[in-house]
Amino acid sequence: MKTINALISASNVSVIKHHKSILKNIDIQINKNDFITIIGPNGAGKTMLLKCLMGFYKPNFGKIQKKNKLKIGYMPQSINVINTMPMTVKNFITIRKKYDDISFKQVVSEIDIRQLVDKQLSVLSGGEMQRVLLARSLLNNPDLLVLDEPAQNLDISGQLSFYKLIQEIYSKRDISILMVSHDLHLVMVSTKKVLCLSNHICCSGKPQQVAQDPEFISMFGKDMANMMAVYQHTNHTSQIDNHLIDGEVK
Amino acid sequence: MSYYGESIAHSSLLGVGLGILLGTGINFGIIVVCLLFGILFLWLQQSKILSTDTLLGVLAHLALSIGIIVISLNRIKIDIHAFLFGDILTVSSNDLWMMYLGVILVIFLVSFNWSSLLLVTIDEDLARAEGINPIYINLLLTTILTIVVAVSLQIIGLLLITAMLIIPAATSRRLANSPEQMALIATLIGIFSVILGIFLSVEIDAPSGPSIVVVSATLFFLAYLFNFLIKKD
Repeated sequence: MKTINALISASNVSVIKHHKSILKNIDIQINKNDFITIIGPNGAGKTMLLKCLMGFYKPNFGKIQKKNKLKIGYMPQSINVINTMPMTVKNFITIRKKYDDISFKQVVSEIDIRQLVDKQLSVLSGGEMQRVLLARSLLNNPDLLVLDEPAQNLDISGQLSFYKLIQEIYSKRDISILMVSHDLHLVMVSTKKVLCLSNHICCSGKPQQVAQDPEFISMFGKDMANMMAVYQHTNHTSQIDNHLIDGEVK
Repeated sequence: MSYYGESIAHSSLLGVGLGILLGTGINFGIIVVCLLFGILFLWLQQSKILSTDTLLGVLAHLALSIGIIVISLNRIKIDIHAFLFGDILTVSSNDLWMMYLGVILVIFLVSFNWSSLLLVTIDEDLARAEGINPIYINLLLTTILTIVVAVSLQIIGLLLITAMLIIPAATSRRLANSPEQMALIATLIGIFSVILGIFLSVEIDAPSGPSIVVVSATLFFLAYLFNFLIKKD
């Protein structure tokens, strides 16, 4: 068997379900230290693509190759918080995980959930739950972190701090990230590559390029494209502002 | 999915009928029919044609009805009442040995697959990401439920087995802080309910199944009351 350098490589992947084409001729490669964000309208096959890439679902056509012994950390959109079963956060994070105390403590402080570990899952807020799911997906030091709309249940400030956390994880760990997200304007700064999906790959590339792609504009509208440009801009200036404020305080 | 157990229990009457008709014995009949029924259900659920609740509602009662038809058409002389509501007087010492065997098997299967069972219950995709195939775990669950139904049918009765699957666990939910504690406390509550229920049934000359369920439901309400009072302080 040929060994591959990419963590996951998919070629010509198609999925047909109930006589409907869900994914059509998808080619995608996830390499070491990639940060890929998949965007697309509802029903575009984003979650299906993730399922195929992780091997949960066998596509009708095409080939998916995974690197040998690839460790994937997966964070689902949400889980059914099972009110019928008591479980502490620590218990949930460590089910079926081989871990030692040091790596557990490290993840807990990295995600900043120290005050949550002994709480019951059923009392967590949406934002706390997302952090707990993230911590669980990171406990085994995965090579690839897969996130499926991780911030969809959060309010705007929750979204901002969550994406900031993802950015920190990406820059501190030796990790690749594959994420489905609607909040493109928020992930613009972090993500290195955007893949615009509507059953087939419409366009892909750096965020700035994608924002100017006619297919992207026709799908999300001119406003979204402009907003992306504005966000990048403001983010840049706000950093400068922060510096100024810092300077004044000193 | 609590009613999954009920559906399997309902299909057991067909197993009783076929077991007597074919001369293979009741227990064997129950295990074969319940397993086949469980697999059929899992397969139909996988295909996602119907919602789980609809599927369970249709299949459970269909299985029960076919069971009653098979028994009455062949004029099999059994006390259906005893199978529906449980009659402890029908338990022979042979049955007791089957129960011991069943209990040991269930404890073994549950404890060796505990963490996988937990993770699949919480989220199937999360389990898949960690290399568990939920289909196998669901088959395992079917097997465990089948054994439970087969060994408790004569005491509790097939209409009330679900009660014993749900009520002690729900009672224990109020008192436990972890899934392991919940399982342990639920088991103790179950044992206590059975013992007290059987004494009650002797005392007032009532069928054993309903008596056990009444005791366990009383404990359930007491646990809620207890919890309510503690939280008020």
